[in-house]
Amino acid sequence: MIQNIPLSYYLVISTFMFFIGIYGFLTRRNLITMLMSIELILNSVNINFVAFNRYLYPQQLQGHFFMLIVIAVAAAEAAVAIAIIINIYRNFKSIDVENVDEMKY
Amino acid sequence: MLNEVMFYLFGAMILTFSVLTVTTRRILRAAVYLLFVLISTAGLYFSLNYNFLAAVQLTVYAGGIVVLIIFSILLTSHLSERAVMAPLKQSIFSALATLAGATLTLMTILRFSFVPNTGVDPQLNITDIGNSMVSYNRDGYALPFEVISVLLLAAMIGAIVVAKKERKLKE
Repeated sequence: MIQNIPLSYYLVISTFMFFIGIYGFLTRRNLITMLMSIELILNSVNINFVAFNRYLYPQQLQGHFFMLIVIAVAAAEAAVAIAIIINIYRNFKSIDVENVDEMKY
Repeated sequence: MLNEVMFYLFGAMILTFSVLTVTTRRILRAAVYLLFVLISTAGLYFSLNYNFLAAVQLTVYAGGIVVLIIFSILLTSHLSERAVMAPLKQSIFSALATLAGATLTLMTILRFSFVPNTGVDPQLNITDIGNSMVSYNRDGYALPFEVISVLLLAAMIGAIVVAKKERKLKE
């Protein structure tokens, strides 16, 4: 089943996804879309963990648990980030990073 | 054969929708593209025969986080609004930096030949995962499980406290 697809294909996909996420994080100006880029980055890391687990150590479960923990951390991070974003929107009436510069000197 | 076709299909879907997620100017569409990326990732896990992980990916990521993001988009921006992009110079430099990083990483990855362990074909059932999640033996993961549950509780309380309206300041 996995013989026909080398492990590096998964790594190539996750590498591209990771750097697309970084590109989005650098160019986006809206806080929610920046958060979405972070989700892309975390998801690409998950693909790496799962692929390594399946290809190199199929009898162990480390990749599974790393992936589950990353997902839980991503959920917690999204919840807190969205709470902060809503609070920012309440105070500034905007969630663009250009407009939120009150604490910049 | 079918497996390869599915792999290439999901890979292509992941790459196209990732690019669309970070380039589209409509925020709600970006969230929907992100949903497609996450669902295709679950498809990759299915094709690796990891059904539990794919189910977790679908329920927590595609079901939970994307809905949370869509809710906050609807709360904070108008649907007709177009996202402001970075100035052209900054976009070009970001693209160059990410391309350089991607080439470096790809060169490193492709130079290394991974030898897959094809001897065992694991028939994982969810019982094994659940047992090792709460076991405190050598291969158990009880401590990370507890730590992550405390983290989730703290994040939940923190999110509620941060997003709560402060009534005292209004008076």
